[in-house]
Amino acid sequence: MLKQVEGSAAVAEAIALCRPQVICAYPISPQTHIVEALGRRVDAGELAPCEFINVESEFAAMSVAIGASATGARAYTATASQGLLFMAEAVYNAAGLGLPIVMTVANRAIGAPINIWNDHTDALSQRDCGWLQLFAEDNQEALDLHIQAFRLAEELSLPVMVCMDGFILTHAYERVDMPTQAQVDSYLPPYEPRQVLDPADPVSIGAMVGPEAFMEVRYLAHAKQQQALELIPAWADEFRRVFGRPSGGLVHEYRTSDADVIVVALGSVLGTIKDTVDMMRDEGLKIGVLGITCFRPWPAAAVRNSLQQAKRVVVLEKSLAVGMGGIVGNNVSASFSGSPDRVHTVIAGLGGRSITRGSLRRVFEQALADSLEPLTFLDLDRALVDRVLERERVQRRSGPIAEGILKDLGVVAAKLG
Amino acid sequence: MSYQPIRFYQTGTFTVGNRLLPEAQRSVQSGRERTNSLNSGHRACQGCGEALGARYAIDAAMAATNRQLVAANATGCLEVFSTPYPETSWQIPWIHSLFGNAAAVGTGIAAALRVQGKRDVRVVAQGGDGGTTDIGFGCLSGMFERNDDVLYICYDNEAYMNTGVQRSSATPPAARTNTTMPVGESTGARFGQGKNLPLIAMAHEIPYVATATVAELRDLEAKVRRAMEFRGARYIHVLVPCPLGWGHGSAETIKMARLAQETALFPVFEAEHGEVTNVSKLRRQLPVEDYLKPQSRFAHLFKPPGHADLIARIQALADRNVQRFGLVDAAEDAQ
Repeated sequence: MLKQVEGSAAVAEAIALCRPQVICAYPISPQTHIVEALGRRVDAGELAPCEFINVESEFAAMSVAIGASATGARAYTATASQGLLFMAEAVYNAAGLGLPIVMTVANRAIGAPINIWNDHTDALSQRDCGWLQLFAEDNQEALDLHIQAFRLAEELSLPVMVCMDGFILTHAYERVDMPTQAQVDSYLPPYEPRQVLDPADPVSIGAMVGPEAFMEVRYLAHAKQQQALELIPAWADEFRRVFGRPSGGLVHEYRTSDADVIVVALGSVLGTIKDTVDMMRDEGLKIGVLGITCFRPWPAAAVRNSLQQAKRVVVLEKSLAVGMGGIVGNNVSASFSGSPDRVHTVIAGLGGRSITRGSLRRVFEQALADSLEPLTFLDLDRALVDRVLERERVQRRSGPIAEGILKDLGVVAAKLG
Repeated sequence: MSYQPIRFYQTGTFTVGNRLLPEAQRSVQSGRERTNSLNSGHRACQGCGEALGARYAIDAAMAATNRQLVAANATGCLEVFSTPYPETSWQIPWIHSLFGNAAAVGTGIAAALRVQGKRDVRVVAQGGDGGTTDIGFGCLSGMFERNDDVLYICYDNEAYMNTGVQRSSATPPAARTNTTMPVGESTGARFGQGKNLPLIAMAHEIPYVATATVAELRDLEAKVRRAMEFRGARYIHVLVPCPLGWGHGSAETIKMARLAQETALFPVFEAEHGEVTNVSKLRRQLPVEDYLKPQSRFAHLFKPPGHADLIARIQALADRNVQRFGLVDAAEDAQ
């Protein structure tokens, strides 16, 4: 059924259709609307039997989900940014214990400086935690990926993180096609765990594993993610069969067939990139797009295959490996079979800075003209940072970077220092 | 040949592990139905108070729930010595997740059981004092505050023993640990610090709070059974001496626990909904020196010229417990 709803409401309804049994909620922007909507449904008795637990921290949210999932309940939570970092220890633990928990990450920047707006540094900080990480391009895909996430998680006995851009998707009202309960039920059978905490068949879970077996355990975690590379497209195909629309999978190609330059990106910015590419295509410029839906496991073969013909690859990412460059760019370089110096990383949109078609077009044209730097920060206020760097060459100061800028500008707050 | 009938003159007493008592009066541990929830073969040190306390507590919980029990365990000695992969000593469904989240994992288990309609299966979460009073405190307070249906048992040996004896917020004043060494001007752990978790639990007004020691194991069993009569959050704080960390003989674990109680340094009581309902009275309060002297963690207090002032401050703490909990009856005191 077509609906015009907020992204968070669409995701909440999709989660509800997945018949969750334990939902843990801790408020953090911008995921809050999702758990608020689910809480209302649980309190109204619409999801019975389902427990909605208001926990005292994100660390507890994931820990409650761990206990519930290990006891055989379908468990869900949502978080973002600082919340994801605060629960990080339990995030790794859930993966190590092989628990099929599904979590929404409403992507948001990490402080300091504190910032509530969207980028991808939160989810990408957890890229090696053992969870599957799926990135939604729009609200329809966010909704669809959650349904696929439960199926994948329970099939693989691994937790799945569905990443959707904070505010840009979570708070945007868009038209979505909401599936029926019957459709979801036919795609997602009830959770039947193979090993649970049950007095009828006691098991010990979470033993202390020493050097004699730890490597094997980690290898098998890696092997399981490799299996996911096959299952994710298979379950996306099944999704198309049941729901009648394509959604999910590993990567999405857009106008790449004869492209000289291919732009690689994750999440909602793909919309703006595609609009820009359409404009440039209209002018005869050979440029295409590769959207990464599945970031973990990293679909190296699919990426290599898609980028094979490209002369230049521009990775536009909302994340930064400080002291190194791009996170996505690094992953793309590792799988691109062409020369690594043909991969250009553009860091964009950190902390929610707008990524405009004009700015995108500028860097894409540079790529086509072979004049793009290996690492670019899109729309960086060069004069501002140069002023700070110049001062620091003369006199180093300790202290916070953001407040240091104020000192250079000579505004009131700086006088406090 | 003359015939002389054998007289079991100890019949009806608490000797030989209560086995000479009528069946109904026997402890869970001496009964034929005991479950050995924490089975033999684990790697605990000789004389480990925690292993003893956990075996009695969990077996009692098994007896009280008709063996319908699931346990969540914090990281720590109990977890490490009981589950050296690929072995396990646990005969019950058991999960270890992290150091600081046992209470929250317990909440999750309880929620799942409720959803599944398994009302008869009960949940225990357990950990040492570090996992309870320090790193697990947030999750524990959250579990209390929501009144989740979990019994949390803290096995308190008053320091981080698993990592090699460092101070926790349950370490008593003047105790030597590897992070409170009596060197220079320092005289061990500071006075005026630390948390009294049973009182903090009571402040949450949860249905049931109790303290116990491994010196009174029948009392511990009774409190676990009592705890299982309630629904909602419950807390039992068990003092479990650690020969390694406290520096006493491994055959003196019970004795140390008894001295802690009889000097009034560790008050043993029960509370329901925030009110004390029962106190284990002392027939005679022993001086704190009796408890401190046999432990090498307090040895610096007795080295010449001695620290009579500090011992007096510790005695004052014990005396305050006597007043606060009414540990000594005035009538008996006068005798």
